[in-house]
Amino acid sequence: MIEVRNLWKSFGSQPVLRGASLRIERGEAVVIIGRSGGGKSVLLKHLIALLQADRGEVIIEGQNLCELNERQLLRVRRKFGMLFQMAALFDSLTVYENVSFVLRRERKHTEAEMRRLVAEALEMVELPGIEQKKPAELSGGMRKRVGLARAIVYRPEIVLYDEPTTGLDPIAGARIDSLIRRVWEQLHVTSVAVTHDMPSARRISDRILMLHDGVIYADGKTGDILTSTDPIIYNFVNGIPTVRPAATAALAANSPEF
Amino acid sequence: MPLSLVQSRVRNFLEQLGELSQLIGEAGASLRHQRPSWRDFIDQLYFVGVKSQSVVITTGAATGMVLCAQTFFQFHKVKMDTATGAVVSVGMSSELGPVLAGLMLTARVGAAMAAELGTMKVTEQIDALRTLATHPVDYLVVPRLLAAVVAGPLLTAEAIIVGIAASYMVGVNLLGIEGAYYLAYINRYTEPHDVVIGLIKATWFGGIIAMISCYKGLTCPQGAEGVGRATTEAVVAASITILISNFFLTLFLTRLFN
Repeated sequence: MIEVRNLWKSFGSQPVLRGASLRIERGEAVVIIGRSGGGKSVLLKHLIALLQADRGEVIIEGQNLCELNERQLLRVRRKFGMLFQMAALFDSLTVYENVSFVLRRERKHTEAEMRRLVAEALEMVELPGIEQKKPAELSGGMRKRVGLARAIVYRPEIVLYDEPTTGLDPIAGARIDSLIRRVWEQLHVTSVAVTHDMPSARRISDRILMLHDGVIYADGKTGDILTSTDPIIYNFVNGIPTVRPAATAALAANSPEF
Repeated sequence: MPLSLVQSRVRNFLEQLGELSQLIGEAGASLRHQRPSWRDFIDQLYFVGVKSQSVVITTGAATGMVLCAQTFFQFHKVKMDTATGAVVSVGMSSELGPVLAGLMLTARVGAAMAAELGTMKVTEQIDALRTLATHPVDYLVVPRLLAAVVAGPLLTAEAIIVGIAASYMVGVNLLGIEGAYYLAYINRYTEPHDVVIGLIKATWFGGIIAMISCYKGLTCPQGAEGVGRATTEAVVAASITILISNFFLTLFLTRLFN
């Protein structure tokens, strides 16, 4: 279970999170939506303690991550897998070395076991037989799928996705979404994604949280959020820009008269 | 310069010094409690040591030759030609060998370390490491530190030997100094502790290069400009630290061994 209580985070004088709170139960598939630059990725990175909160608590399975040092956090992070926005593959390593990274560091598996586990993970993301390729030889979609294989090969309990479809064409994006859904269904993980891609959010979530002005503004079932008539949710989901009154007045004043 | 700017720069410098000290402490803790990966260490040793040989040999040879020529031109005026070898030998062993090898390593290895780690930082590869339950200090800093500390004195020894050999070639074959006297004076005036001082300095310089470069890479600001700035700062900071610490090491070690 993931619980965030009253989370605050600023970068310099710029506040990003202003008391965000949320709760995600084990096995849920949740998407956090919100405007670009609104703090979605910042919130996601707090769930795995890649960022330190200014104030508030992040509790994973009863353990407050804000009270742990970096070495203690390593043990907690073993429960997580994370797919980064640009995949963040280690570019000096091959696909096999990337995917087997954690297994090799753990020193618990034989080389044959690692080969089998890596092959299974690559099979799951529909990229069999590319073990010897370098990340530079892969397309953006393939890199993300390798990133996903790396995130699930050691069977984490929670998988985090940071903008999983950003930078991909609609077909590649849909493919990633179906893989995310498959990982959730087959591995029984808790799935948490941040995105501003509404078709993707519809496909990969059962529940949506909307981050707005640094707090969780809305929390509901995917269908309910996507059909909400609340102006802020409706405008975001349907891509309707909110024009400030001052800007509207200025536009009207400068409009030519015919 | 306004007082506030001076205050800000001093504060910034002290903050960086504090962070660097923390990183050194973390590397020390890692060395005490974690088993370093031999494979990573050997990879780094190859990069830092083997691949730097051509640069260090060229620098050592050029320095030995020019030091021999300049010393000879001055000593010739007072009929002390044969003492040239002793000056070159002592100078190369305790001062020029370690300092010039250190500066060349800074330019080649320090810049590469800062740029590599900086690029990993801005492409989220460092964050990916942390999500894979791996401490960046264990995986990235410790192998580089060990490699630099081991390769530093070996490369310096190489630079000293090549420098003295090159000076012999110039002194005996080009400037006409009697070979037997040249070697005899080297033997007479070069004490074992001159070489030991040079190797201790080289070990220290190796540590400085690795730690400053890794620190600058790990704290690299975002973007290509950030990587460029981190690389430049690493080279400048490590070079200046080598030059300044060399003076104090000379005073301290000379008194210690005499």
